[in-house]
Amino acid sequence: MAHILLRHRDIPNIHKLDVYQKNSGFEAFMQAVTKMKPEAVTELVKASGLRGRGGAGFPTGVKWSFMDYKNWPHYVVANADESEPGTFKDRELMEKNPFQFLEGVAISAYAVGANVAYVYLRGEFWQVASFLDARIADMEKAGLLGEKLFGTDYTLKLYTHLGAGAYICGEETALLESMEGKRGQPRLRPPFPPSYGLYGKPTVVNNVETFTNVPMILSKGADWYKSLGTADSAGVKLFSLSGCVNKPGNYELPFGTTFRQLIYEHGGGIVNNRPVKAIMAAGASSSIIKVDDKTLDTPMDYASVRTLGADLGSASVIVIDDSVSIEWVISKTVEFFKHESCGKCTPCREGNYWMMHLLGRMKAGEDVEANTELLLSVAKQMQNKCLCALGEFATMAVVSGIERFPADFKASNTGGSHG
Amino acid sequence: MSILEKYPQEVNKILAKYPPEQKRSAVMPLLYLAQRQEGYTTRAAMQEIADLLEITTTDVASIIGFYTLFHDEKEGKYRMQVCTDLPCALRGADQFLQELCKNLRVDLGQTTEDGLVTIEEVKCLAGCDKAPMFQIQGEHGIEYHENMTVDKTLELIAALRKSGVEVK
Repeated sequence: MAHILLRHRDIPNIHKLDVYQKNSGFEAFMQAVTKMKPEAVTELVKASGLRGRGGAGFPTGVKWSFMDYKNWPHYVVANADESEPGTFKDRELMEKNPFQFLEGVAISAYAVGANVAYVYLRGEFWQVASFLDARIADMEKAGLLGEKLFGTDYTLKLYTHLGAGAYICGEETALLESMEGKRGQPRLRPPFPPSYGLYGKPTVVNNVETFTNVPMILSKGADWYKSLGTADSAGVKLFSLSGCVNKPGNYELPFGTTFRQLIYEHGGGIVNNRPVKAIMAAGASSSIIKVDDKTLDTPMDYASVRTLGADLGSASVIVIDDSVSIEWVISKTVEFFKHESCGKCTPCREGNYWMMHLLGRMKAGEDVEANTELLLSVAKQMQNKCLCALGEFATMAVVSGIERFPADFKASNTGGSHG
Repeated sequence: MSILEKYPQEVNKILAKYPPEQKRSAVMPLLYLAQRQEGYTTRAAMQEIADLLEITTTDVASIIGFYTLFHDEKEGKYRMQVCTDLPCALRGADQFLQELCKNLRVDLGQTTEDGLVTIEEVKCLAGCDKAPMFQIQGEHGIEYHENMTVDKTLELIAALRKSGVEVK
């Protein structure tokens, strides 16, 4: 099947404006601006069943319909902060199929009445940002951005904005704080961005992949999109496959593809043919799934992955083989979250510090059993008490790891590293 | 020379991105400009950014402190930042970093004797399928290097040393 998102794999040079336009590029945006009412665009996206691809899976059209029409101006912000360990899909979209992403942002801006849209990129995507700046300049020159677009009264400006290295800025309210020139610390929600967003104004924040779906939904229709994927999860998804596989990379597949198909048919199986021990389906924030035949045959959609006691999230599938100690895995994830905790709320700031400290004791062989128990208790005390999802994410691998892989936390098996 | 004197066009272009009453949004782009040449932001530059945006130097300093890509101390001309998060580590990033440090005769976080490269460990850079990988932060911005080996990296450092200017 031809790609819907990774179209650069089928169409060479689609990152050039003329090539993109020859392949129906910007027809959907023009159609929307000249022939559709903004509400009709939102309704169409709602009907397609598109859900946010950043991890939370919130219905996109529904989010757009929450915009407060008594408070102006409106903004659209693309979340290109992609920082979850195991996730590298948005980068490929922006580098290789940039116009489809930018067209999605433009359509969304029209749908919610925004005249300014920003792309917030993580600071490390410095090269991607200058590449996008050049693509935005191409669009301006071609009359696809600017004032009175296509002879209507609609005006749209698009800008990139670089973060500077903070995982927390992927959380939408922290991202907005960061855009306002402050430290990237999450806001208390509600109010949510569609009522109180950038500069306190109604704002739609969506992930890069979410936006990239939108042009095709407009041109091919909601029913076409819904016919892909499963009842609960419409459409296609980019799966970032990493870890102990022969062919790591991004794979665009319909929701409902099984873990086995992803790992063995697409990912070339496991390095040295070792058995799969565990899977983290949503990057470092995942619960660790213990793998058996049944797990491998589970379809990857939001509802089915939940039956395994985990979440699909942004579909960053980290594959772990039987040579790897789960104690080592959680020491890696805890180290990450301890470093990335923004420090605003106590359970996350202190909890991550203590989890790291306890893992250090365990690694040194100090009373492993008691410290494991204490570690589990600290993680459980953090749950449901943190200001934002980061604190909750930090506990996922710890709790599931200890509960599902107890043998890896016995004194004789700890203190190891990978391989 | 002040940032405004050195990069007048860039400063105006940055300020034009945001509503005039929200110019604080320009603090991060201006910090990138400020540290372009020396790799860190001086006290004078912090003061200038604060004045330009009508915020305090404490506000500016708090941004530098919060974000890992901003620096207030001089280190090597180039910062080589290696990702050792879980997916990269599963592809040998920890061993790669260890061997690299050994070859360069530096500890993690230290700078090579000639002041050229500081070796640092960083969190996920969204290059998990191409590990071992790192970014180089230098005067021309940030550049990714993926599917690396220690040998390839040492060659790269040698090239940097020779050219003295270009990050490539």
